[in-house]
Amino acid sequence: MENLILDGSAKTPAVNFDFNKGSMELKGRSIPENSVEFYQPLNEWIDSYAASPKGKTVVDIKLEYFNTSSSKCILDLFKKLESLNGDATEVIVNWYFEEDDEDMEEAGEDYQAIIGLPFNMIEVEEI
Amino acid sequence: MTLSNIYNLYKTLEEESILLSFKGVFTSDLLTSILQIMESKLSYLEESPKIKRKVFNVLVECLQNLYHHIDTGEIIQDGNHMADGRSALLMIARVNGSFYIRTGNYIYNDVSVELERRLNKINSLEKEDLKLYYQEVLGDGLRSDKGTAGLGMIDIARKSGNKLEYQFLDVGVNYRFFCLNVKID
Repeated sequence: MENLILDGSAKTPAVNFDFNKGSMELKGRSIPENSVEFYQPLNEWIDSYAASPKGKTVVDIKLEYFNTSSSKCILDLFKKLESLNGDATEVIVNWYFEEDDEDMEEAGEDYQAIIGLPFNMIEVEEI
Repeated sequence: MTLSNIYNLYKTLEEESILLSFKGVFTSDLLTSILQIMESKLSYLEESPKIKRKVFNVLVECLQNLYHHIDTGEIIQDGNHMADGRSALLMIARVNGSFYIRTGNYIYNDVSVELERRLNKINSLEKEDLKLYYQEVLGDGLRSDKGTAGLGMIDIARKSGNKLEYQFLDVGVNYRFFCLNVKID
């Protein structure tokens, strides 16, 4: 299975989904006008990954900004991961936010309230 | 417009401490440019990173709204003259350490009724309830055909921390003009 690696742009995050490591990272900003289009290949990758996941799946979310159109897409992504979590793989979400960025911290809490996955809230100096 | 009106317009923008203003159709490329310009301007201002992030966040959502709500007709009747219904106005001001993001755009009557209902609800909620409302709308699984999620205004209200100021002006048979003022401090 191929890894999914995309460079970040002014409106989209860098993507690093690594099959062998069982790791998925989103980094930067996610503010495209049409988020559905951007997130579709990410969802498809997770569907393929679900066929033979690693024992542990680590999801690193390192976003500076995301718009509300991305927030639904990110929720869809978490929902897929939630249904994946179980006997075949243990899914862990690391939610990064910068010091003093209460909004991004709260955004992580919003997802925790909806999604039944363990979230590690990680405060860093700079993302 | 007379030449002296150029000066009057300049003075108005100056008096209102406008950092940036644009009137016209908001395209995807324009959104990118405006965000780049504002990010650069913000980096030079002596403000906390926290307020800069909030301004950027609210601006992103306001721009998305202007971008997605250009589906009103190209030519519409505004009072006695014809106007471009896709055209909109954005202004960003900074007064005494507070930022103001102001937008104006045409909107269909029926769409405006639904928007007004939502804005009333948002303004009736305090911080914690607003958070719960956001989570409710985020989790409901609904999404319009434009990919917008009905979350934009809730997010703007949460990030700004202030009540949203808005007004709908009757300008024609089918249209109203929607004015929004978001204070960030």
